Amino acid sequence: MNLFNFFGKKTFSHGIHPEGFKEETHDHQTRRLPFAEQLTLPLSQSVGKPPIPIVHIGQQVQRGELIAKANGFMSVPLHASVSGTIKKIDLVPNAATGDKEKAIIINTALSSPQTSIQGTYQEFEQLSRDELIQSVQDIGLVGLGGAAFPAHVKMNTPKDHHVHTLIVNGCECEPFMTTDHRIMLEQIEYLFRGMGIIMKAVGAKKAIIGIEDNKLNVIEAIKPHLPKDGHITIEAVATKYPQGAGKMLVYSLMGIEIPSGHRSTSIGVIIYNVATLASLGELFPYRQGMIERVITITGDNLNKPGNYLVPIGTPLSHILKYAEFTGNEAELILGGPMMGIPAGFLNTPVKKSTGTVLVLDKRSSKDSDISPCIKCSMCLQACPINLNPSELGLLATKRKYDVMEDQYHLKDCFECGCCSYVCPSNIPLVQYFRIAKTLNRERYKQEET
Amino acid sequence: MENQPKIDIRTSPFIRKAPSVAEIMRNVVYALLPIACYAVWQFGLSALVLMITTVLACIATEHMFCKLSNKKTTIGDASAIITGLLLAMTLPPGFPLWMGAVAGFTAIAMGKTLFGGIGFNVFNPALVGRAFVQAAFPVSITTWTPALATNRFVEFIPSTLALPFMKPAPTAEWTTQVTIDGFSGATPLALMKFQGVMTDTYDLFIGLSAGSTGETSSLLILICGAYLIFKNMLDWRIPAAVILGTVISAECFHLLDATKYPTSAFMVFSGGLMFAAVFMASDMVASPVTPMGILVFGLLVGFLTVIIRLFGGLTEAVMYAILFGNAATPIIESYTQPNIFGYKGKKKP
Repeated sequence: MNLFNFFGKKTFSHGIHPEGFKEETHDHQTRRLPFAEQLTLPLSQSVGKPPIPIVHIGQQVQRGELIAKANGFMSVPLHASVSGTIKKIDLVPNAATGDKEKAIIINTALSSPQTSIQGTYQEFEQLSRDELIQSVQDIGLVGLGGAAFPAHVKMNTPKDHHVHTLIVNGCECEPFMTTDHRIMLEQIEYLFRGMGIIMKAVGAKKAIIGIEDNKLNVIEAIKPHLPKDGHITIEAVATKYPQGAGKMLVYSLMGIEIPSGHRSTSIGVIIYNVATLASLGELFPYRQGMIERVITITGDNLNKPGNYLVPIGTPLSHILKYAEFTGNEAELILGGPMMGIPAGFLNTPVKKSTGTVLVLDKRSSKDSDISPCIKCSMCLQACPINLNPSELGLLATKRKYDVMEDQYHLKDCFECGCCSYVCPSNIPLVQYFRIAKTLNRERYKQEET
Repeated sequence: MENQPKIDIRTSPFIRKAPSVAEIMRNVVYALLPIACYAVWQFGLSALVLMITTVLACIATEHMFCKLSNKKTTIGDASAIITGLLLAMTLPPGFPLWMGAVAGFTAIAMGKTLFGGIGFNVFNPALVGRAFVQAAFPVSITTWTPALATNRFVEFIPSTLALPFMKPAPTAEWTTQVTIDGFSGATPLALMKFQGVMTDTYDLFIGLSAGSTGETSSLLILICGAYLIFKNMLDWRIPAAVILGTVISAECFHLLDATKYPTSAFMVFSGGLMFAAVFMASDMVASPVTPMGILVFGLLVGFLTVIIRLFGGLTEAVMYAILFGNAATPIIESYTQPNIFGYKGKKKP
């Protein structure tokens, strides 16, 4: 029994309440960002294998044209997000890992009308499950909430999992982000079509749209579109970070804990982000490829913050130029301030999974020294999955990574960062845990070979 | 862009909102100040100089040890001030100053820096200091003088200015001079234990009784504790669990034999219990972090306090109860790790 639901607002226990900073962008209509002169499209846009390029240098491509085909099932294809000429296929640094990865670089054709390719019309109601999954793979859709899991792989639920409910994740619990908010106001028709496609494919009879109660105007906007028979509902949950984490949202809405180490489908639930569904609903009927997405451009020293429709592959320098960045020193973050990744280069391109470009003034991010843990237990009271970050942090400094995993459930940590957020000693807890998890993975790999 | 902006790199989370350790410690000092002022009003000059002595001794000791170990001095985090204040509050107001300085030195040296400084101490440093002087100076630490003595703001309690290693001046004669009604020099707990006399609970609550410098007014202690709880710098669960443990244990004995054992209200409001529950047991470093551990720790401290008070040779028990609880903290923690989300109905691996 979820006690919090019993006492009122639907929510989970623990978590934090960071300041939202959403007012700056959530009222702005989404605008289209002009095309940059050159776009860089890293082949790997999702979890899984990168696709295989099918273009050659110097080739003319049209906007929406397939330029790299999927390499097996666990792979998503890539489409040209601009009409132009393939300049080169080269290695570029990956913002998240720092490794170099292959990318297709396109020079934009300045005189082109930039119309995108459309395929033949298709109705999802008449397609089978396998046909639906194939169509979604052809779109090249990935989870737009940030995880970048291929959308079609998620649809392919295990045969013994009977999915009954689709949870539509519209929480957007990270500060600064408002893309999902705008999408739920502006793309309701697409959103519902996307939901229909997923529900048809996985056999879900019910859908719940979960939003945080700081976006109540979304409820007003969506209510008239809800079907009369009530199989799709919209529910407000408490505004709290990390409400948008799948495990937390399912618990808040349904009072069920997703068992550790299992997928949500094992309890009959599948979770999709609103932006993913809206994109699916938009691109599916005419078999278009995923070539652009809504991105919140926000933060310090920007004259024109807001939500922009940005072609995939647009470099950050171009975005900063159009949002009129006035400062001269900043932190550039792809994603929200809690879980986003830092970008180290101005020519870092936005990817399919980039929901936010956040610019933080260096002065607003002052760092103080790390003091010893005073065992105040604030991290335990913040951790949404009840870990003991205090103990984990002490173990990490002693490099006892195996103990962290074997006795203190390090694997269950999904790196939301609440522990680091509340630590009075400024101990980089979640940062330690990321290192520990990476090293453990490498150790297992070595042990296997 | 002509002027390419510089980029700064860190990893997420990029925002934080937490008071610093020094900020927490400063607020604890603020919370202790009203209690200190009340103690000065009650006991006069002697209490004031005693507090100043212990605080200075603690700061000097910490600074010295930091210098000796070639570390940056840590006196800036104000935790030594807390130790000094807490220590003074648990001592009798007429405690000789040189003994106070010894207590302060021991508290920091043996209670804190030997373990590695703030964050690493196993025991509450102030209680380590007090335990040391309890053993070293058993007479002085049980020599109580009355509150609200008539000339408390103009002269010291005779024992205060004792020279090192000299026998402190007796206070009995002084006590009879400065009090209007007869004062036996006994604390409510001693009265209960050795003479079977109960002090009125209301007097205990307000603090109009003999006792250690800062421990007498439960009401004031609760108000100051509430300030820290409101600022989220004190874990309310620890004092609550200690008081709960005391009430349960005391009530059990009271029900067994009401003539022999005092009521739970007397137990909670007498001696140093309230002060210890709010400010001593809640020492973050030496108490458990796990939710169940906090409850077990508090109940254990409360239970031990009652047992030692009723059956031990000492009148004041809460200090040893907390030290024992501190010692048990690691083992309590290891048995009370929190239940992880997603393991409901699943066996813990």
